Amino acid sequence: MSAVPTPTPPLGPRGLLGGSGSRLPDLVFRGGTGVFAWVVVAILGLLLILLVLNSRQVFGQFGLSFVTGTDWDPVAGMYGALPFIIGTVASSLIAILLAAPIGILTAVFLAELASRRVAVPLTFAIELLAAIPSVVYGLWGVFVLGPVLKATVEAWLVGTLGWLPIFAGPPFGIGLFAAGVILTLMILPTVISISRDVISSVPNHQREAMLALGATRWEMITRAVLPFARSGIVGALILGLGRALGETMAVTMVIGNSQKIPQSIFDPSQTIASQIATTFNEAGVGLQTSALIALGLILLVITMTLNVIARLLVWRVAGPVTEAA
Amino acid sequence: MNILSKRAVGLALAAILAGCSSGGASPTAQGTPGTTPAGSAGPSTPVPPTGDVTLQGAGATFPALLYQVWIEKFSEAYPNVAINYQAIGSGGGIKGITQQTVDFGASDAAMKDTEIAALPAGTKILHIPTALGAVVVIYNIKGKDGNAIKGLKLDAANIAGIFLGTITTWSDPTIAANNPDIAANLPDTAILTVHRADSSGTTNAFTSYLDAVSPDWHTSVGAGKEVKWPVGNGAPGNDGVSGSVKQTDGAVGYVELQYAVVSGLGSAQVKNAAGKFVAGSSAGVTSAANSVLASFPADFRQAPIINAAGDDAYPIASYTYILAYVDQTDATQGQTLVAFLYWALTDGQKEEKAIGYAPLPDSIDQKAIEELHQITTGGSPIWP
Repeated sequence: MSAVPTPTPPLGPRGLLGGSGSRLPDLVFRGGTGVFAWVVVAILGLLLILLVLNSRQVFGQFGLSFVTGTDWDPVAGMYGALPFIIGTVASSLIAILLAAPIGILTAVFLAELASRRVAVPLTFAIELLAAIPSVVYGLWGVFVLGPVLKATVEAWLVGTLGWLPIFAGPPFGIGLFAAGVILTLMILPTVISISRDVISSVPNHQREAMLALGATRWEMITRAVLPFARSGIVGALILGLGRALGETMAVTMVIGNSQKIPQSIFDPSQTIASQIATTFNEAGVGLQTSALIALGLILLVITMTLNVIARLLVWRVAGPVTEAA
Repeated sequence: MNILSKRAVGLALAAILAGCSSGGASPTAQGTPGTTPAGSAGPSTPVPPTGDVTLQGAGATFPALLYQVWIEKFSEAYPNVAINYQAIGSGGGIKGITQQTVDFGASDAAMKDTEIAALPAGTKILHIPTALGAVVVIYNIKGKDGNAIKGLKLDAANIAGIFLGTITTWSDPTIAANNPDIAANLPDTAILTVHRADSSGTTNAFTSYLDAVSPDWHTSVGAGKEVKWPVGNGAPGNDGVSGSVKQTDGAVGYVELQYAVVSGLGSAQVKNAAGKFVAGSSAGVTSAANSVLASFPADFRQAPIINAAGDDAYPIASYTYILAYVDQTDATQGQTLVAFLYWALTDGQKEEKAIGYAPLPDSIDQKAIEELHQITTGGSPIWP
């Protein structure tokens, strides 16, 4: 795994061009590009510092019970982040549970089964999904998806599985489930395109070896391709999850903005990102603002952790590696 | 004296509006303190300086439309004055004035003691009331006969019960009791309450009402710009709430009066202190404000006017304020602000009814104008 060869610097064209041999342009170029690269990192660092500094007040007052507190009550000056953490994680989990089968199967179809004439326009269309602004998803969610879900899927789920507390009604078409469905659409392009790349990068000799053993296509894909690409696909899903966790606008519009811990997947809820977006403007100076910034810090920690895990998993497959996990 | 000076002021203003503001403009700016005792000087109308000047304001969304109209008209009279108003919400207005990023702020709720304590040391803020607003309860209910329910009447216990989650269907007997005419048509539809997801002056007025009329609400929720709602969905902004209510059969929410009119939804007649059911209107709000004039606080920080006495008084009303620094660090900007506020409290009041706001009661208007004398720059009053 660690056998990544250190690239040896190529011999410069000095001499060949008969120039003066000055290294100055190189140094300036290197320095200039380096500065910009480090500025980006510095911005991330400053962001972290600012979040930590400004959230000190609320952590100073509540300590870690801010993270586990269930009350968000500006009247009483009580702040707890748990309802929003649960809302964030639950909506993202619904999204990933729906996006995983759809995304992986689509990726398999595009990489293994579809002919080029089908695969190219399909890929293009799927990537277009990623270009739709999230507020447009939100509007569509409020005016089209919500009412449709309420009348069809939600009504059916409540009717058949309503005896389970997490499927208890009544459905209003706005809430955790609608937010999950919207997020599914928004993360599908990420999941599909990365999964497809990972599946395509499975070496051909794996497939050929399997086929040579007399395997059918189904067996070849399930026994040779998918196991090989497994950790990369998990990485794709986690990257999708990362996007779902931080998505703000579309979720804000369809999740119902309730600051209680949801009991059923049809209950209105609230995510960290949408709580910040809806209340920051009007938040009282002091503790409430600090609490919102602390929410931002929690969200940043969650998404950063997930992204690091996802990157590591994707690199294991798509990076310069020699064997599968 | 009031009437006389007001008339004189009106004349002077008319002269200025007619375009002859040349000579008399500057003396008011740097008049030596103490030499002009109020009253004897006669027509002292604050006017902006002649050079280009820009004011930045930010705050409440409810009066944004009114302020836009005012700014437009004021700039027509004084083309050298540019005023920007950002409707970012009452909390944003208070934040802006606290962090000194704006020249004036605006808020639907008067600043709380804790917010005043958070101001930088030595900073004093004036609350200048500019208009009155009403919070109305909007609903969207399809009756048993398939047509939309109209003319719903609710008393305090109904509204509190609905927003507490103790009244869950529209056919609830306590609602029917107040609506004998349409009781048979009230459906069994589940009630969905919609509240503001962002914190707002509207929520402050509405929860102040619930807090005052319902002991259960008082103990379990309380009043504020943002509260812990026992039930229901949130939606951002007045538009968001009316949009959400419009979409769901059985939904009920609360918005500023104007938004109810725009959305085309019915708004409930609410039972007032006199036991009469009153629909939200400018007149109902003015009537409510008039009935509590005697108790108007000296620092102008009037809490929302809840359950005011009087047959026509609408029970949920509140003032909206412009927040101004007592000590203006920039003399020209200070002079402009005083001139603008003075104009808003005199000519500006006449604009209100046409665009759906309730003008201030006369006595409050007068008090607010006198308040402007307190604004100083470099230690001396701008408008002595």
